Amino acid sequence: MSIRTEEMVLNMGPQHPSTHGVLRLELTLDGEIIIKVVPHIGYLHRCFEKHCEVITYPQVIPYTDRMDYLAAMGNEFGYVIGVEKLLGIQVPERVEYIRVIMAELQRIASHLIAIGTYGADIGAVTPFLYCFRDREKILSLFEITCGARLLYNYIWIGGLSHDLHPDFIRLTKEFIKEFKSNLRELNNLLTYNRIFIDRTANVGILPLETAINFGITGPMLRASGLKWDLRRDDTYSVYNKFDFDIPVGEGKMGTVGDSWDRYYVRVLEIEESLKIIKQAINSIPDGDVTSAIPKKIKPPVGHIYSRVENPRGELGYFIISDGSTSPFRVKVRAPSFVNLQIMDELCRGHLVADVIAILGSVDIVLGEVDR
Amino acid sequence: MKSFEEIAEIIRTNFSDIQIEIKSVVKFEPFLVISSDKIDKICLYLRDYPELCFDSLVNLSAVDDFNGTKVKDEQGNETMTGGTMSVYYHLESIKFRHKILLKVITDKDNPNINSVVSVWNSANWHEREAFDLFGITFNNHPDLRRILMPYDWEFGHPLKKDYQNPEFYQGMKIPY
Amino acid sequence: MGLLDKEFSDGNILITTTEDLFNWARLSSLWQLGFGLACCAIEMMATSASHYDFDRFGVIPRPSPRQSDVIIVSGTVTLKMALRVKRLYEQMPDPKYVISMGSCSNCGGPYWEHGYHVLKGVDRVIPVDVYVPGCPPRPEALLEGLLKLQEKIRYESLTKQNNEVV
Repeated sequence: MSIRTEEMVLNMGPQHPSTHGVLRLELTLDGEIIIKVVPHIGYLHRCFEKHCEVITYPQVIPYTDRMDYLAAMGNEFGYVIGVEKLLGIQVPERVEYIRVIMAELQRIASHLIAIGTYGADIGAVTPFLYCFRDREKILSLFEITCGARLLYNYIWIGGLSHDLHPDFIRLTKEFIKEFKSNLRELNNLLTYNRIFIDRTANVGILPLETAINFGITGPMLRASGLKWDLRRDDTYSVYNKFDFDIPVGEGKMGTVGDSWDRYYVRVLEIEESLKIIKQAINSIPDGDVTSAIPKKIKPPVGHIYSRVENPRGELGYFIISDGSTSPFRVKVRAPSFVNLQIMDELCRGHLVADVIAILGSVDIVLGEVDR
Repeated sequence: MKSFEEIAEIIRTNFSDIQIEIKSVVKFEPFLVISSDKIDKICLYLRDYPELCFDSLVNLSAVDDFNGTKVKDEQGNETMTGGTMSVYYHLESIKFRHKILLKVITDKDNPNINSVVSVWNSANWHEREAFDLFGITFNNHPDLRRILMPYDWEFGHPLKKDYQNPEFYQGMKIPY
Repeated sequence: MGLLDKEFSDGNILITTTEDLFNWARLSSLWQLGFGLACCAIEMMATSASHYDFDRFGVIPRPSPRQSDVIIVSGTVTLKMALRVKRLYEQMPDPKYVISMGSCSNCGGPYWEHGYHVLKGVDRVIPVDVYVPGCPPRPEALLEGLLKLQEKIRYESLTKQNNEVV
């Protein structure tokens, strides 16, 4: 006797505590097994690209902040590098160092949220509080630098809005010292937690071939086993002066490219970022941070694709200039936008509960997916 | 790792029947101009040719070139007719670390380009976005729907340079 | 005046009006709909987390609108999302309150002019009790907004319709 079964469509989001914002997933289920996932995005489409066409080049910077609002420094960094290349400006060494320090601090803050909310999504609420405690310290470092906690408008075309606060280097050193032991604590609490490993290891395995074909970048690609990091492979700013490792997924708890690997690569990246910050603050040169800011920003006709390694992957800006004071077109290659496409591939054949574990490990920011 | 000229030469020798324009004098980024109905074939070749191996599509961006002829109507309002739209493809080979930029130009009144989703899956959402915001149709795309704007949005494609925003959407006033 | 000020010194007896008792109960346990929209949601999360601790004011995020008293609209409301926000608001049981957090949900924020897909203020779809300015507002600003809402609830009347803040 055969039992008549039928597929069921389950709607998840846009208001769901674990979709990291306003993502809507349409799940097709066979019992509790997932057959198909269709992500619906656009609930936070804020018309970034249209804004770029009507405002001037420096005015775009605050809008870039609001795309990936967890890594605002990284967004500014990528945009500013592109415009500087178009203009042909060489910025002072001190500016480059400060930019790198800020971008790496931001990477730590962003990964802390990724880790904390990932834990909270699959049931471990305590690490979330630990992560936010440490993140607040980074935010206070940003605050003494430029006055803002979340969206900075700090990195300007050709320079920075302010120089470092006199106490910044001392406070950063104190933070690094303190944070190292906190990280150990976090690892014991979450990373090697048996329940956490059971929920994430061997879930949502992403083979390298598929990852490359889907254009996956950032920690997700590295978790699948490829040493690919734009900071080293297409180096920009002064990253070539620092010594750091590129952590890759090794399948320690399961298979290479599973959710645990994607999580763990982020933890290791935090340590590498700490290394970079340490080297940078020890060798930061003196200089004026506003000397190279041009009075008139009017790039020549042409186009450029500039990209940086953001916490979520490759953030690219395709900027077309028509010779006027505002860009003709800016297209953003947002890492979360591209990474989110893989959801269907990763979730198929898993249980409904695993969707949360997989989505958390993809680590999306909806502001960037929808722009 | 191959330079732009070497890659352009390989494409030119293998696709002698297709017209390919090489723009290498442009400042910053040289590119190849390819006709809209051959782009999928060339992309497949670029991916599979062992010496090139462009295994990843980094970015796909559509642009409204805004180069039509200006026409004045009776009220004195200027409108643009004709013109072109272009799509830029940034390709990269992770294996060999070389990059190339392709450009496809299509008619603005009837924008129509062959899809490259069969070559790189990452093109899927990029092309949907280009369709949503510019109205470019990608032939053979598996799922060409709006992606960012609401599915029932019937007021056109907002990133076109001559787009006019409506007053109301589902009873909500849009302008400030 | 707080409820406990009216306590008799010699026993566990309180004398108060029903109105005061209800208002006191409502304002001390405002359960929030755990719902984030954009950048401000991160500051809202920071307010709930260890450093600022929203819990001291009785605010606990609830995943379902059926269990919540206050919705904090934290971020840009787009046209695609606006009707969902409205539905979430309608699903909440009375009495319900709305805090509009950040410039975007107050008036459209930086997207007010060219945002073809941005709703210029959430008050075009749902009624708002407290507006918190800022882009994004600091957690302290959100706390201040919550205190203002509590103030408003404290002087609510069960019989009169118009609740003026004293």
